Amino acid sequence: MISATFFGYCGAILVGLGLFGLVTNPEILRKILAFNIIGSGVFLLFGVIARRGAAAGLDADPVPQALVITGIVVAFSATAIAVDLLVRLNKETGQTAMSSDDPSTPANKGSPGGA
Amino acid sequence: MAPDAIGLSDVTTADGYLVVLSIILPVIGILLILAFGGRYAERIALVLLVSGLVVAIAVFAAVLRDDQSLVYIVGNWKPPLGIALRADGVSAAMMLTIAVVICATGLYARGEFGQPYATVPTRGSYVFWVLLLGIWSGLNALAVGADLFNLYVALELLTFAAVPLVCLKGYEETIKAALRYLLFALLGSILYLLGTALIYGGYGTLDIALLSSRVQPEPIAWIAAALMTTGLLAKTALFPLHLWLPPAHAGAPAPGSAVLSALVVKGSFILIVRLWFDAMPGLLSFAAAQLLAALGAGAILFGSVLALRQARLKLLIAYSTIAQIGYLFFIFPLASGDLASTPWSSIAWTGGWLQLFSHAFAKAAMFMAAGLIAEAAGHDQISDLRGIGRALPVTIFAFGLAGLSLMGVPPSGGFVAKWMLLSATVMEGQWWWAVIMLVGGLLAGGYVFMVLGNALSSNAPPVLRAFIPRHREVLVLAVALCAVLLGLVPLQPSEFLTIGRPNIHTTVLR
Repeated sequence: MISATFFGYCGAILVGLGLFGLVTNPEILRKILAFNIIGSGVFLLFGVIARRGAAAGLDADPVPQALVITGIVVAFSATAIAVDLLVRLNKETGQTAMSSDDPSTPANKGSPGGA
Repeated sequence: MAPDAIGLSDVTTADGYLVVLSIILPVIGILLILAFGGRYAERIALVLLVSGLVVAIAVFAAVLRDDQSLVYIVGNWKPPLGIALRADGVSAAMMLTIAVVICATGLYARGEFGQPYATVPTRGSYVFWVLLLGIWSGLNALAVGADLFNLYVALELLTFAAVPLVCLKGYEETIKAALRYLLFALLGSILYLLGTALIYGGYGTLDIALLSSRVQPEPIAWIAAALMTTGLLAKTALFPLHLWLPPAHAGAPAPGSAVLSALVVKGSFILIVRLWFDAMPGLLSFAAAQLLAALGAGAILFGSVLALRQARLKLLIAYSTIAQIGYLFFIFPLASGDLASTPWSSIAWTGGWLQLFSHAFAKAAMFMAAGLIAEAAGHDQISDLRGIGRALPVTIFAFGLAGLSLMGVPPSGGFVAKWMLLSATVMEGQWWWAVIMLVGGLLAGGYVFMVLGNALSSNAPPVLRAFIPRHREVLVLAVALCAVLLGLVPLQPSEFLTIGRPNIHTTVLR
């Protein structure tokens, strides 16, 4: 049987990968996906904590699982808002990437329709 | 599990239902608007604004009368399994500030998003009223939450209501600003959630009162605190995580900017204070407090200097928000208390919160004034506003009054707040923060006078694009006067802000 620690490391790796993608990649859709990868890592960590039953010495603690369900709903709504904003940005400008701070020089990176 | 020995009751108090009302009333308003359609959005919202204000006053009065927190145990399930809502003195004062600013914003917004009888409502106005109520509910939930995960949900509620407000106008730049804001906020919230997971894994509860006696200074607590604080700093826009704020706050419609700058960034700040002072008092070491304040100092200098360099009025005010947020973080080193006294009895505790309240009123007034100026002049280029003081004397006067509070000049709430923080630097022997505060005050004077100097520089009134009714100008003045009136509070630690605080000490290592 694979230990909870193994899944804990998996969660940590997912968080690290997602964080890297979120910070380094200018494409907004990839940033949104990276956010979801971090989210998966965190949710996995909640699962690991439930398994360890740290709260009351139970076999599996139900509280973190309840938290994960709420967390997933929140992450889903966040993703929906972000994707909707991205689609609107793409309709208005054809851009799919975060341009530089200066709005007067359009970056015109890549072709439209990255979503 | 044995209940931890803490001085906080976990039974619902007599007026505890008021706390629940403060959160669900705005949500009821949103549901009514969705049910009856956008045509009635403004009228439903205005009714809810008034009743929400009444509830906030009732909460304040009840906390003042009973001299203890209002507590509501949701579903009568006691922590750690259940969730408690707790309105202490700080929460009650915060909720009253929120209510007054939101109501003033609502009245102000009638000029922009009003729905005259028997006209087809625009999509913008419909969405605005829904978002305003959503923000109110999220802020109240943040003010009274006593459970770290419940607070996470409140934080997300607030973010999801705040982000669309930025791009209500639908321009290209505002959509970009909203996306940038959302991405920062998402990073912040997921880091906060990760920290929450670690804390639950380490200590088996997320109830703040229970955590305060369980958290030990050890690696898991340090990592969790660092992750959660970083996440919350991104949402509070503390330097150097402030990049999203200026375009977002400057791009929103004026009433939206007022709420975002005056209140929304403070929501996550309350949570940082709850985290360090309430949930993990044993962790607030000298180094951690100094680091937070150093970031605040960076925000004051950086924000103020950039504000001086802005050509657009709304961007100037947005950068000023970054600077004023910096002052809030002086609460950490200056109010950390010692073995003899609790942090809440220190003068910096009162000063810090007063800075938050007075900045809320001052910044709301400033953005509203900027909105009227932009409506009247058709633009907000500072250098082209010569003589606008002739056309909008009351608005410019309100802008100036709000400016007093930002500079820290009497009579104003900002003066009392900054005076208290300055006194605390002397008492705590941390003179370096006093230097930053004085420089920040000078720079604030610079950017406020830059605007006033232009507005009052010519005798010939400029040609106005639109007529501004006098009652809108008076409303802005009333909000600015709230910031001035806060200057009347006595220069001593406030008893009210200590109500319901646990009798615990931080262990500051020197």
